Amino acid sequence: MKTELLNLIANEVLVYTLMAVVPLLWVIPFALFAVWWERKISAHMQDRLGPMLTGGWHGWAQTIADIAKLIQKEDIIPTAADRKLFVLAPYVVFVGSYAAYAAIPFAAAYVGAEINVGLFYIISISSLVVIGLLMAGWASNNKWSLYGSLRSAAQIISYEIPVALALLAAVMVAGTFDMQEINRLQSGSILDWFIFQKFPFLFLAGIIYFVASLAEVNRTPFDLPESESELVGGYHTEYGGMRFALLFLSEYANMFAVSAILVTLFFGGWGSPFGSFLSGAWYFDLGWFLLKSMVVIFVQMWLRWTLPRLRVDQLMYVGWKVLIPFSFVIILGIGAWVIAAGH
Amino acid sequence: MDVIVTDVEKGRRPSTVPGLGRQLRSEEMVISMGPQHPSTHGVLRLELVVDGEIVVDVIPHIGYLHRCFEKHCEHMSNYQQVVPYTDRMDYVAAMSSEFGYVVAMEKMLKIQVPERVEVIRVIMAEFSRIVSHQIAIGTYGLDIGAFTPFLFCMRDREHILDIIEETCGARLLYNYNWIGGLSHDVKPDFQDKVREFCRYFKPNIVELNNLLSFNKIFVERTANVGVLPAEVAINYGASGPVLRGSGVAWDLRKNDPYSIYNRFEFDIPVGSGERGATGDCWDRYMVRAREMEQSVRIIEQAVEMLVPGDVQSAIPKRIRPEAGEIYVRTETPKGELGYYIVADGTASPARVKVRPPCFVNLSALPSMCRGSMIADVVAILGSIDIVLGEVDR
Amino acid sequence: MIPQEFNDLLTSTFGEAILESKLDGVFDPFIVVAPDRMPEVARFLRDNEKTLCDALMCLSGVDLTKGKLGVVYHLHSTKFNHKIVLKAFVTVEHPHVGSVEAVWKTANWHEREAFDMFGIVFDGHPDLRRILMPDDWEGYPLRKDYQVPEFYNGMKVPY
Repeated sequence: MKTELLNLIANEVLVYTLMAVVPLLWVIPFALFAVWWERKISAHMQDRLGPMLTGGWHGWAQTIADIAKLIQKEDIIPTAADRKLFVLAPYVVFVGSYAAYAAIPFAAAYVGAEINVGLFYIISISSLVVIGLLMAGWASNNKWSLYGSLRSAAQIISYEIPVALALLAAVMVAGTFDMQEINRLQSGSILDWFIFQKFPFLFLAGIIYFVASLAEVNRTPFDLPESESELVGGYHTEYGGMRFALLFLSEYANMFAVSAILVTLFFGGWGSPFGSFLSGAWYFDLGWFLLKSMVVIFVQMWLRWTLPRLRVDQLMYVGWKVLIPFSFVIILGIGAWVIAAGH
Repeated sequence: MDVIVTDVEKGRRPSTVPGLGRQLRSEEMVISMGPQHPSTHGVLRLELVVDGEIVVDVIPHIGYLHRCFEKHCEHMSNYQQVVPYTDRMDYVAAMSSEFGYVVAMEKMLKIQVPERVEVIRVIMAEFSRIVSHQIAIGTYGLDIGAFTPFLFCMRDREHILDIIEETCGARLLYNYNWIGGLSHDVKPDFQDKVREFCRYFKPNIVELNNLLSFNKIFVERTANVGVLPAEVAINYGASGPVLRGSGVAWDLRKNDPYSIYNRFEFDIPVGSGERGATGDCWDRYMVRAREMEQSVRIIEQAVEMLVPGDVQSAIPKRIRPEAGEIYVRTETPKGELGYYIVADGTASPARVKVRPPCFVNLSALPSMCRGSMIADVVAILGSIDIVLGEVDR
Repeated sequence: MIPQEFNDLLTSTFGEAILESKLDGVFDPFIVVAPDRMPEVARFLRDNEKTLCDALMCLSGVDLTKGKLGVVYHLHSTKFNHKIVLKAFVTVEHPHVGSVEAVWKTANWHEREAFDMFGIVFDGHPDLRRILMPDDWEGYPLRKDYQVPEFYNGMKVPY
C-alpha cells in the first residue's frame, strides 16, 4: 500500500500520515460496534435483550447515542486532582494502545510500518499504557483510583513476561520478528497455522498468550484494576465525558490489538484457512483477518460474562507460578525440537 | 539480617524489609468504603484501615438508613398498623418480617389462626426465603465479579413475585399478614401456579450451582476466606445461614418451631468445610443455595395441605393485649428475627424492639475481615447477606 | 432448665444481687438483677454447666416512664435449648449498667444501641458510641419524654 500511495502522492510525510490514520478508521467504528456487541452478547447470555430501541433494529445506534452524550457532557476535573496529569493520562493510554497498530498487518498489502522487529516493537510500545494508567490513578487523587492504577501496573508488568515468552515461542519457530513474514509463513491451509505446529508446544503457547493477554487488557477474570465491586471503577472512577470515552476507546482498541496479535502469530493472520480459496485480493485478506480477530474478541466477551474475578494474590500466582514456568518449558521444548529437527 | 515481626492476629505485614538494612517507615491507610459503594449492599460505610491490599481493621458505621422504626411503632394508634413498617425492614423478604410480628402478636393475644392461613403464610414465607436467597446469591456473584448469575436469579425471582403479586397486589412491600389472618385470600389457581413454579425452579438451582457455586475461580475466591468458627459465631449471636455455615445445625423452624413448621419434612443444610475451612464464605453461600431446595420441598408439601376456609375469620375486631411483654423469634432468610413487644394495656405498643438478624450478623464482620484482603472484605460482606433496611431500621 | 430452677440457682449463688423475679407471669418469666452485678451473673450463666447460656438473643433498652429505665436480656442456650430473661432497672439520673460485652459479643452493638436510644451507660463497654443516630445528635430519641429538636446542624428537623 505504501508504494502505491507513494506513486500517487509524491510527498513522503503525507503518505506516512495517511498510513498512520488508516487503523483509526477501523478502531473507532470497531469500538462503537464492540460496545454494542458486548451488550448484546451479555444480554443474550443473561436471558434478556439488551438495547432494543435506539436506531430501530436491535438498538444498533445505542453506542453512537452514548458517544454523542459523552461528548456533550461537562468536562469535570476534580479540584483536588493533579490537573496536568489528569488531562494528559487518557491520551497517553490511547497513544500506547494505538501505537501498537502500526505493526499489525491487516492484509498482505497493508501494515502501518513494515519494520523487521514488528513484534518486538508491539511488545515494548504497548507498555506505555501502564504509564498512562498510573498517571490517571495518581492524578485523580482518589484512593480507590490509586489502588486501581497500582493494581493495573503490577498486573500488566507481570503478565508482560508470559506474553513475551509465549510470543517468543512463535518467533522461534518463525525465525523472524517481522509480522508480515510470520504471517506469510503460515499461508496455506489451516494446518500451516502456528497453533498446530510443533504440537503441543505452540498450541500451549497460544493458550498462554490468550490468558495472559486477557490480563494485559484488564478483561475478566483479570479485571481487577477496574473491578467495580471492589474499587468502584478503578483508575477511571473520576473521569467523565470525553476523557472517559477515550479511556474506554483505548480499552477496546487494546482488546482488538491483542486479538490481532494472537491471530497473526497463531491463527494465520490474514491468510485464508482454506488454502487459495477466498484469498489473494486485499479484501479477502482483510475479511479473514477481521473475522478471526472478532472470533477471538467474542471468546473474550464470552469469558467475561461467565467467569468471576480473581483476587490480587491469585492473579499474581497465576502469572508468576503457572504461566511463566509453563512458557519456559515451552521455549525449552521448541528449542530442543528445532535443534533436533534442524528447522 | 533483619528480624521480621509478623503480627498475624492483626494481619500486619513485616514492617522491615529483609536485606535492606534499614527500617522503612510505612503507614496504614484509612480508606472509606461506602456509604456510596457498589458492594456495600446499601448505605453501609466501612472504614478500612489497610496496609497495601491487606486489611488491618474494619470499623463499620451504620445508621444511614435509620428510619425510626421503633419510635414509629410507639406512635401507632393500633398494633395492626405496625405491619407495614415491618415490611420496610427486610424489604427483600418482607413476608418473613411480617410473619414474625404477627406470630408474636397472636401469641400475645392468644389467637388460634385457621389452618388455611397458616399454610398460606408458610408458603409465602418460604417464597420470601427463596427470593431473598436469590438476591443474596446473585449479588454475591456480582461481588465476586460474575454478572450472569445475578440476572439468572432475577429471572427466577420474577416468577415468585408474579405469584405474590396476584395474591396481594404488591411485589415488594406486601402488608399481607395481618394479626389473626391475611389481607387477601389466594386466587383459585394458586395451587397450580405454585406447583408449576416448583417444577420450573428445581432444574434452575442445578444450573445456578453449575454456573457459579462450583466454578473454580468462585471457589478460590470464597473458600478459606472469612472463616467464622462455630463458637465465635454463637458468641456473636450470629444466626441463619451465617451460623449454619459455621457448621451449627440451628434453624428455628426445627429447633424452636412456630406456626406449623413442625409438620414439614425438610433438612437443615450446614456448612461442612467442603471446599475449605468450615465457616468460610463458600459454606455460608452454599447453605443459602441448598436452603432454596429445602424451601421448595416445604412449599411442595404445604401446597398439598391447603384446605378451604376463610382467611379473615380470626382477625380480632379490637386489638388490646393485656399488659405484659413477649419475645418471639422466627427464622427469616437472614437469620433469627426477634420481636420484643411490651404492651401496657393500651391500644398501641409501649415498646417494640426488633432484633434484626443482619444487625447482629454484621457486628461479626470486623472479626472475620482482619488480615484479609480488600477483595475479601467484599466477599465476606456479601456472604453475610445484609439488608441495610433491617440493620438500621 | 425451667425458670424456677434458674431463679433458685441464681439466688443461691448471688444472693442479694438477684432483686426480684416474676416466674408465673402471663408471658415471658424474668429475673431482675442488680445493674452493677450484671456482668458476673451473665458470665456465670454462660459458663455454668447446668445453664450454658451461650447466646444472647436480644438486649433491649426500655423506658419504663417515671424516670426509670430498663435493660432486658434474652438469653438462650444452644446446648439445652432453654431460655431465660434477665432484667436490670436503672434510674434516669444514674443510668449505669455493667456491660456484658466481654461475655457475649452480641452485646457490643446492642449496648451501643441502648446507649444511643436511651442513654443507658454500659460500664466496661470498649467502644460506647452512638450507633444509629449521628454522632453529634443530642438527646435519647426512644425515651418517652423525648422532644424532637427543632434544628439539627442548622437543618429543620420536623417537616
